[in-house]
Amino acid sequence: MVAFLKSTNRRETGGIILMNMDPKSLSKLLTVTIAAVMIAACSSTDTDDSASATSDAAQQQQEGAVSTASDSGGDVSSEAMGGRETMAEPLKTVFYFNFDQSALLPDTRAALDAQAQRLRDTTGIVRLEGHADERGTREYNLALGERRAKAVANYLAIQGVDRARIETISYGEEKPVALGHSEQSWSLNRRVELK
Amino acid sequence: MKKLLVMFAVFCLWSTSAWSELTIEITQGVDNPTSIAVVPFLWQGSGPISEDLAGIVAADLHRSGQFKPLSRGDMLGLPHEQQEVFYRDWRALGVEYLLVGKIVQGSGDQPIQVQYELFDVLKQSRLLFKRTGGQVSQLRDIAHLISDEVYLQLTGIRGAFSTNILYISAKKLSGSNFSYRLVKADADGARSLLILESREPIVSPAWAPNGKEIAYVSFETGYPAIYRQHLASGKRKRLTHFKGLNSAPAWSPDGKSMAMVLSKDGNPEIYIMDLATEKLTRITNKFSIDTEPSWMPDGKSIIFTSNRGGKPQLYQYTLATGWIERLTFEGDYNARGRPLPDGQSIVFVHRNKGQFHIAVQDLAKGTIDVLTKTFLDESPSIAPNASMVMYATQRRGQGILAAVSIDGRVKFHLPSKYRDVREPAWSPF
Repeated sequence: MVAFLKSTNRRETGGIILMNMDPKSLSKLLTVTIAAVMIAACSSTDTDDSASATSDAAQQQQEGAVSTASDSGGDVSSEAMGGRETMAEPLKTVFYFNFDQSALLPDTRAALDAQAQRLRDTTGIVRLEGHADERGTREYNLALGERRAKAVANYLAIQGVDRARIETISYGEEKPVALGHSEQSWSLNRRVELK
Repeated sequence: MKKLLVMFAVFCLWSTSAWSELTIEITQGVDNPTSIAVVPFLWQGSGPISEDLAGIVAADLHRSGQFKPLSRGDMLGLPHEQQEVFYRDWRALGVEYLLVGKIVQGSGDQPIQVQYELFDVLKQSRLLFKRTGGQVSQLRDIAHLISDEVYLQLTGIRGAFSTNILYISAKKLSGSNFSYRLVKADADGARSLLILESREPIVSPAWAPNGKEIAYVSFETGYPAIYRQHLASGKRKRLTHFKGLNSAPAWSPDGKSMAMVLSKDGNPEIYIMDLATEKLTRITNKFSIDTEPSWMPDGKSIIFTSNRGGKPQLYQYTLATGWIERLTFEGDYNARGRPLPDGQSIVFVHRNKGQFHIAVQDLAKGTIDVLTKTFLDESPSIAPNASMVMYATQRRGQGILAAVSIDGRVKFHLPSKYRDVREPAWSPF
């Protein structure tokens, strides 16, 4: 899935909103677009057989999203379509936050519902890594990252995932995914990664 | 599902070789700095000498922002002792003070001996005449010691040129891989010495009050843990590795306790560890982030950051009574406070109109002075003589160290060419 996104990103130059977006933003955009979807799916490392229920509405939304690319991107969209048809859409594994906040955003809740559904049928440790953007002080940001990871952990636990399986760790601002110094990067760094 | 934690090699390097990762750029000094001439010291031994003592002293004094050393090219003579000094020459050049000296080869445990003299040009009088000595490897130490003496003589304030700093440097290697280093260096950035290198974060370097030990947080096992380490021997001990945060170690002024942040009980709280017994006492108990403890110089209270009021602000906890008082009210983000040595003021990260800067607040009056104008300023650390605050900032997309005098008039940068540098911690005397 990552390869698909990267390929789309690289080759899709005429798209209105996909232009100049890095894979993370694109991934986020796509996931937001299909936020209503309850596709239980495989992540990039795991496959899960229960992962093929797709609602019609969601299917249409997805088609809509891809057709934007199709209008301007020619063969790219068919490749994208092919990629989507042969592998199920992965569940979102990165959840974003507002500055100095650990409250879950609405689309995060939807994505976590889908994750919880998958995790209820699996075993093993779920590792949640909390991060902050570079603004503010480092030690406060370590605490903030932990808050975020715990917010996700608590939500998953409420959705039926055994709390004992969930491990949280905070890296604060020490492991940014985007190295820029503007809101574009900061918004990608304020995150919890599910691993 | 869980990715295997890959542990990378962690190196404890105690090599005697040193390199200079940081360079110094003075960006702002006082309006009328004192003019001083530091004449190259005469070397009377055999072979070349590895350090330019007078150059180091001149750079130290220049970096303080309060002195303007005369360029060597402008010197009309190169005296090395009192008999060779012609005051009128220096007076003609507008020089107020003159430092001269010579280095001779000694023997035994002091193969290097230095004699130096400081003169008041206007009064035509000698202010200092001293001798010191040491090993060849201590030439920079000798130079900083001379700077300390001159600074004390001319300003009445003890110099901090012989002190050290700790800092963290980081570099993105590829993808999500970073290299993190804990480095010790002279206060002027020279003689960097690698203390710890890891592929996992190293944060919160802190000094013991005796300057012989340090503490820091390392994620080298995949989880954060607080370590204390003896600098000379390299011996270290893991103090905590609880579930959750192990963060922000801060030695008490008497060296017997360490304040720290643990979330083992579910929430980031401040604890004090008795270092003799390693027994923990929890001092905060609030459903909020409580972190970044720092001891007041008298050891009787701790200032810390808390968002108990909604936004991060500074609070003070009095150990004897358990009383907690809010200290900051101006701005919507005030964090990581550090008291000045006199305990009258605190320096901290202050956000105003969305910008993070270093500010100082007079505790009695409550007034705030913003000291910096750079971008994303954080991690202030105060020189033991209270003259300067070193902090971390961003310049052209790179993390650099910078310093500002406590009155905001003197500023310099300590950038690194190759890595992001941050979290400076200024040693005690």
